[in-house]
Amino acid sequence: MRTARLAPVALLLPSVVLVSVFVYGFIGWTAWLSLTNVNDLMVNPVRVVGLANFTRLMTLPRFRIGLENTVTFSLTFITGCLVLGLGGALLINSTVRLEGLWRTIYLMPMALSFIVTGVVWRWLMNPSSGLNLLLNGAGLGSLKSGWYTDPGFGIKAIAIAAVWQLSGYTMAMYLAGLRAIPAELYEAASVDGAGARQTFWRITMPLLMPVTLSAVIVLGHVSLKIFDLVIAIAGPQGGPAFSSDVPANFMFQTVFQANRFAEGAAVSVVLLVLVSLLVIPYLAWSFRRGIGW
Amino acid sequence: MKRGLVYLGLAALAAFYLLPVYVLVVTSLKELSEVSLEAMWRLPRTLTVASFVRAWAGSPGTGTRGLGQNFWNSVSLALPAVGLSVLMGSLNGYVLAQWRFRGSDTLFVLLLFGMFIPYQSVLIPLVRVLQTLGLYGTLPGLVLVHVVYGLPITTLLFRNYYAAIPVAMVEAAQIDGAGILGIYRRIVVPLSGPATVVAVIWQFTQIWNEFLFGVVITNKPTVQPITVALNNLAGSFIVEWNVQMAGALLAALPTLVVYALMGRYFVQGLLAGSVKA
Repeated sequence: MRTARLAPVALLLPSVVLVSVFVYGFIGWTAWLSLTNVNDLMVNPVRVVGLANFTRLMTLPRFRIGLENTVTFSLTFITGCLVLGLGGALLINSTVRLEGLWRTIYLMPMALSFIVTGVVWRWLMNPSSGLNLLLNGAGLGSLKSGWYTDPGFGIKAIAIAAVWQLSGYTMAMYLAGLRAIPAELYEAASVDGAGARQTFWRITMPLLMPVTLSAVIVLGHVSLKIFDLVIAIAGPQGGPAFSSDVPANFMFQTVFQANRFAEGAAVSVVLLVLVSLLVIPYLAWSFRRGIGW
Repeated sequence: MKRGLVYLGLAALAAFYLLPVYVLVVTSLKELSEVSLEAMWRLPRTLTVASFVRAWAGSPGTGTRGLGQNFWNSVSLALPAVGLSVLMGSLNGYVLAQWRFRGSDTLFVLLLFGMFIPYQSVLIPLVRVLQTLGLYGTLPGLVLVHVVYGLPITTLLFRNYYAAIPVAMVEAAQIDGAGILGIYRRIVVPLSGPATVVAVIWQFTQIWNEFLFGVVITNKPTVQPITVALNNLAGSFIVEWNVQMAGALLAALPTLVVYALMGRYFVQGLLAGSVKA
């Protein structure tokens, strides 16, 4: 009997050890590093400097730009994904022909990498070509933009490409949510004489709230981590004068180009804290609901 | 009337998702002389696969690398990494769903958290440890990394799937004298088909498309996976948009083929996690 109780633990052991070291051990190591003076390849002696790296970060324009860009990116990206996702799901759900075809088209970008998406959108958003030509042709020349080359618009241009890639995912979530709403509810509402608008706001939207919340958390944590797409569209410096830079890329540059390890570690601690604030309550909530886990 | 508006909306959305694909395909089939800023939307006058050849083989004259070798790097990265992470995830999921013990749910949550972390928060120690192990800059090192950080999602997929296996079935096998591994082999593995397909497709897509670990861990162009090489190629063929687009298509092809053939399972993986994008 004793072996029977030990066996499950033994089977989990390799994964538990790997994750303990590679996730929790490394996070601890990074957190410690962020409190030291290791900001060069050779530092002797290594000293603990408290929060000095963090206070220095706050004085760096590139870091502040990154944080501001994260906010702008998140708002643009999440709003875009929710609107297109819900819109697409409602259209598909209204019993249309060729449902499989529409779904396949909308979700296709999910199969691509951010790098592929970035390479294509950089071409599409070339200021002298692509989208601007289309806008001109459509008589919408006033909407033309410098896209990623415009310091005031760059991060939104990257968010548009991200919406293209991930709104299909939001749509799949909404579609599953819509299909899970019991038909009796709609029947009862129509018996009670509710109109289409009332039904939508009183039944559909409230019942989709959990889906919306999940989508916002998932997309929000993607926004905090966004990296590949920024590099592929705006280049390693994040556009002119770092105007489209994000913290994940700033960390990468600080550590692997400038060898400022402690400072880069501090950036990643900030990122980790932000992601945790979003994800830990979500995990707790999901477990309490017991759905999908 | 209302039907018409629905289809108009569907078509507008489809145009949004397909426009970049149109540009990708059309540009990649053009000759360089036909590629210009003004002619982006025009169909090619003559079709040529020259840009694909150039994207694949590079232009040895100028010392510019192609993607061919990196394509095979990604293949030999993805196959073992997908296999191992799916196998281990399946075992973990089986234990966590059918052999619960005190603290096993807590363990599961701690494991899950691993898929949300920004990987920046582990990169510095990761590089140091891989250097110590002699795995830095190698494909086996990258395989190890993808296996470890793939464990949370594969464990999640299998745990949820195996939770539907009746406990009575496992208990009956126990009474017949089967051990934990015997039950796994004889009862659980034969039932695992659908979950395995979902997990394999999900992991393959993730690993094939991954960029951050690749760019940090493999420093030599001959070892780098295709995403890293594509990003470099897009930098070096900066004006040859046809070569860039052909390279992007080559890099996208495997996951697009998987999606076209098994899209249903791909979406299932997406929703089952409802967590990772």
